[in-house]
Amino acid sequence: MRPVRVLVAKPGLDGHDRGAKVVAAALRDAGMEVIYTGLHQTPEMIATAAVQEDVDVIGLSILSGAHMTLIPRVQDLLREQGRDDVLITGGGIIPKEDMEALTARGIGRLFGPGTPTSELVGYIKGWFAEREKQEA
Amino acid sequence: MTTVKTGPKSAGGSIDAPENGASEDTAEMAKLRAEVEDWRRRYSKAELRDIAFTNSAREVQPLYTPLDAAETGADALPAPGSYPYTRGIHPTGYRGRLWTMRQFAGFGSARDTNARYKFLLAQGQTGLSVAFDFPTLMGYDSDHARSEGEVGKCGVAISSMADMETLFDGIPLDQVSTSMTINGPAVILYCFYIAAAEKHGIDSTKLRGTIQNDILKEYMAQHAWCFPIEPALRLIVDCFEWSATHAPQWNTISISGYHIREAGATAAQELAFTLADGFTYVERGIARGLDVDSFAPRLSFFWDIHNDFFEEISKLRAARRIWARHMKERYGAKDPRSWMMRFHSQTAGVTLTAQQPMNNIVRVAYQAMAAVLGGTQSLHTNSMDETLALPTEESVQVALRTQQILAYESGVPNVIDPLGGSYYVEALTTQLENEAESLFKQIEEIGGVVRGLETGWLQRKINESAARQQWEIEQHRRVIVGVNEFVTDEPELKIELLKIGDTEQHQREGLAKLRAERDGDLVKKRLVELSAAAKTTENLIPHILDCARAYCTLYEIRAAMEEVFGAYREPVFF
Repeated sequence: MRPVRVLVAKPGLDGHDRGAKVVAAALRDAGMEVIYTGLHQTPEMIATAAVQEDVDVIGLSILSGAHMTLIPRVQDLLREQGRDDVLITGGGIIPKEDMEALTARGIGRLFGPGTPTSELVGYIKGWFAEREKQEA
Repeated sequence: MTTVKTGPKSAGGSIDAPENGASEDTAEMAKLRAEVEDWRRRYSKAELRDIAFTNSAREVQPLYTPLDAAETGADALPAPGSYPYTRGIHPTGYRGRLWTMRQFAGFGSARDTNARYKFLLAQGQTGLSVAFDFPTLMGYDSDHARSEGEVGKCGVAISSMADMETLFDGIPLDQVSTSMTINGPAVILYCFYIAAAEKHGIDSTKLRGTIQNDILKEYMAQHAWCFPIEPALRLIVDCFEWSATHAPQWNTISISGYHIREAGATAAQELAFTLADGFTYVERGIARGLDVDSFAPRLSFFWDIHNDFFEEISKLRAARRIWARHMKERYGAKDPRSWMMRFHSQTAGVTLTAQQPMNNIVRVAYQAMAAVLGGTQSLHTNSMDETLALPTEESVQVALRTQQILAYESGVPNVIDPLGGSYYVEALTTQLENEAESLFKQIEEIGGVVRGLETGWLQRKINESAARQQWEIEQHRRVIVGVNEFVTDEPELKIELLKIGDTEQHQREGLAKLRAERDGDLVKKRLVELSAAAKTTENLIPHILDCARAYCTLYEIRAAMEEVFGAYREPVFF
């Protein structure tokens, strides 16, 4: 099986990148191909990078409280470009009810503080294996 | 206690070889040495727990004795209030004055936050501290396209002097001290504050407070910037220069280790990188031709108080000593106020857990005690719910009460530097000082702080520490109660979270009204003047202040300077 391609992205003006960088390194160490966008990305920049880099997964890291605006925006832009096959997952300071609302509109799992990186790795690998099986 | 003078700069832990030589060994010392050797034999045969014993990449000894306590001589440990201030900058400690209880707060609109400030002041808080939202931190107005979804979310939205006036409505600015956590556009918000005070007839010389204004740590760790490094440093020196005469009671910078530590640095890295930033600002001030004693007394610091209790206390003691020594010996400062490190502390946000959030109250209490034992001038205690959302009024009250219990019930502030002379604390203070000195040398070798930021050397060091800590947690080398040990399956405790209303629409309407009502020609004129001055070496504060008075908005002022300075581009890596 080919390696999963993941775009780790920091949408919005939030500068907290400790989590994003730790996650990016953990996914890379787990054998995935990881691209990190750097800070202060607009949803447009993220969607464009995802399409250009032909990624399987976008991991969004948001600690600023802007998740209800920025995450759906990335999803809409990907849909517009016909790439709703890309898994959008992520994490940050996101209250549970917001997580549920986002999951209800087709966003993948969102992880809170204290999540072991092994859990993210397991989730992404599981999702990818499932998708490959369906495509085969 | 038995004081053993082993000479300055000798690290603790030299049990076998006394630096002064065996010839000076007294009978008492020989007895002590024999006892320690006997203890070590017994210790090394015993079974030990397999766990990391410290939060830093340093081993601590299982026992400290007079043999380890370097720097306990009069040179390093004079009375509190005397150089190099290891035991504190005030001869009275907290007996003269308690620390300032300063809770960092801001959310929604200026009006929402104004109500929270009045609540905190009514609860006995003694200073104000403004948290701005991300658009404000980056210099964007609330109606800028980049601000969408972020307005008022994790701080208060301030887009012009008009918002600043609302923020402090009914709060006498000549009677409170106000700290503002703002960096990239710090001088702009500073000018909004000064101009707002002016409208109430309060002169800038009467104002007391702090702007964080520490851009180097933004590039290093916190990441809210506007301009490239060199023009950003120029604005900071402009601020030092202007404030020396116009706002002599204002802290022109709060050189911050907090964000460096939160991003992953160890205690020693926090200490060294922050002080290296401080030295860089001092060097830039001197390079401008300023007398070091004209601005150094207004430099303040900000430390993160993490979990390792004694390490944090020692870090604060070491910080004071290093700053004093460098300011006096290296930069030739003559005014003792230039040697004294005054600082704010905040308990470590990164140590809070989303799991079992009530446990955070206990973590915060220990950290707060470490800050006080380290001699902090002011303190913010985090609230238990901050890994979930901005804190509610109830949880902020518990956090503030934690400080009040410490101040009035624990007895801790009764004695000045009560851990001074502890074998462990003195040895660790010296060890942290030595580790910082060794990191200063490495920073010098790579070409200084600015070069270290451009090449990413400093950022990489912090990332490496963050990655190691994550590994330790996942390997259970480091226990986080409720996260990787003592985990419960019970549903998380229900605590009510703060909800923020629609600030964005409110701000958009306010800005539209402001733009319609202000003198448009004057706004244009002021902005053109600012751009023109930015091309010269003139001090920009008077020009920014004129823009503020004319109700130019935050982003308009940023853009007028960006036209000349350009914008910062981050080196991206992980």
